[in-house]
Amino acid sequence: MCTTCGCGQGETKIEGAAHEHEHRHADGSVHRHAHGHDDHGHVHHHGDVHRDEAPVSGHAHGHEHEHEHEHEHVMPDGTVVRHAHVHDGLAMHGDHLHYGAGPAYSHAPGLSQSRMVQIEQDILGRNDRHARFNREFLAERGIFAVNLVSSPGSGKTTLLTESIARLQPATEVCVIEGDQQTTNDADRIRATGARALQINTGKGCHLDASMIERALERLQPATDSVLFIENVGNLVCPAAFDLGEACKVVVLSVTEGEDKPLKYPDMFRAARLMLLNKVDLLPYLNFDLQRCIDYARRVNPSIEVMPVSATKGDGIDQWISWLRLQAITARNTRKRVAARSSPVAAE
Amino acid sequence: MKLPMHEMSLAESILQVVEETARSSAADQVRAVRLEIGALSHVERDSLRFCFDAVTRGTLADGARLEIDATPGRAWCMPCSESVELSRLGDACPRCGSYQLQVTQGEEMRVKDIEVA
Repeated sequence: MCTTCGCGQGETKIEGAAHEHEHRHADGSVHRHAHGHDDHGHVHHHGDVHRDEAPVSGHAHGHEHEHEHEHEHVMPDGTVVRHAHVHDGLAMHGDHLHYGAGPAYSHAPGLSQSRMVQIEQDILGRNDRHARFNREFLAERGIFAVNLVSSPGSGKTTLLTESIARLQPATEVCVIEGDQQTTNDADRIRATGARALQINTGKGCHLDASMIERALERLQPATDSVLFIENVGNLVCPAAFDLGEACKVVVLSVTEGEDKPLKYPDMFRAARLMLLNKVDLLPYLNFDLQRCIDYARRVNPSIEVMPVSATKGDGIDQWISWLRLQAITARNTRKRVAARSSPVAAE
Repeated sequence: MKLPMHEMSLAESILQVVEETARSSAADQVRAVRLEIGALSHVERDSLRFCFDAVTRGTLADGARLEIDATPGRAWCMPCSESVELSRLGDACPRCGSYQLQVTQGEEMRVKDIEVA
């Protein structure tokens, strides 16, 4: 969608699915459809002339007239972009209205009265609606979903494969893998026997709730299972996006700076638990564990902390116990709710 | 500008809200969009402005003025038992130096209103 940073939804690919995307119509309705090919995009280059090719066969429109405008945008960085539009006269009031011009560039000031419309909506309201849907989906099935976030290279995937090996077969586990490219991580997960679905975000820097909604439809995790969502390696963007998970767990490896919680406070504030990974390397590093924990608690006084080593096994028992406890809580909550609505269906 | 930019997603979400509202109020053009962005929210303003200009091109909101009202950050300090100002996450209480703070204000990310024609 965006040609500047490319962070558009059009590039998201869910593994195994035909490429799917949404169209929004002028009347507000939305429809989704799938494509077989990857490399499409609706890119409107600045400077293009768009001509509305409405069928005019047979009957004449009394007021059909087109105007071509050329005007300038001044970007915040000072760049001036000049482009042209064509608007046909079918515009609602038959007025000469120019969509491309803000008040500062108005060609015909005073033609229409401007007015204020109250909105008062959260910017991420749509994402939050998808997240609520996911949360209900997961709660109904007693699934404990954890959103794992970290910078790239913190050892998330190794931690995951170790965790899956320990949880299975007593607990069923599946994984949603978010990466910009490749299915390498999903392949590593599948080697453990767990089901995994890869979401490639293209140039997108985070997973959002609607991607998870679509992934849940395909994955259909089992009742009372554990779902890991491995977010894109990035300590900034995923903090803002609720996916409908029970909680975020941030993985910070001791080979990174101990001041990361202060540098990326949003993420450490959004997380319930911080896993300090690769602690087996501490003897070789200048990493002050306690200081790192203090920094994390500055931004999030209630954050839980567990030092672990995914490769050597330190702290893994504690982490697995924590996961089991959360999974049991999710299961019991499901049973309690089910018992309330239909006493027979609870078991 | 700081990368990566989830501000692009935010800008797209803002545009969705703005377009829906503009259409339902039969507006032909959006002249201004006013946001409320908390000082402690996940937003890099310059990135957001840049992204907003990019995603609105060719839409009803093309060229719209983006106004950002900043809500200052506030937190409840446990030791002080009082509401205090907080300019950044990770800062201490300006009164007692404690980090036992619960953020109470400053994380807002809202579209407040739009000016349409």
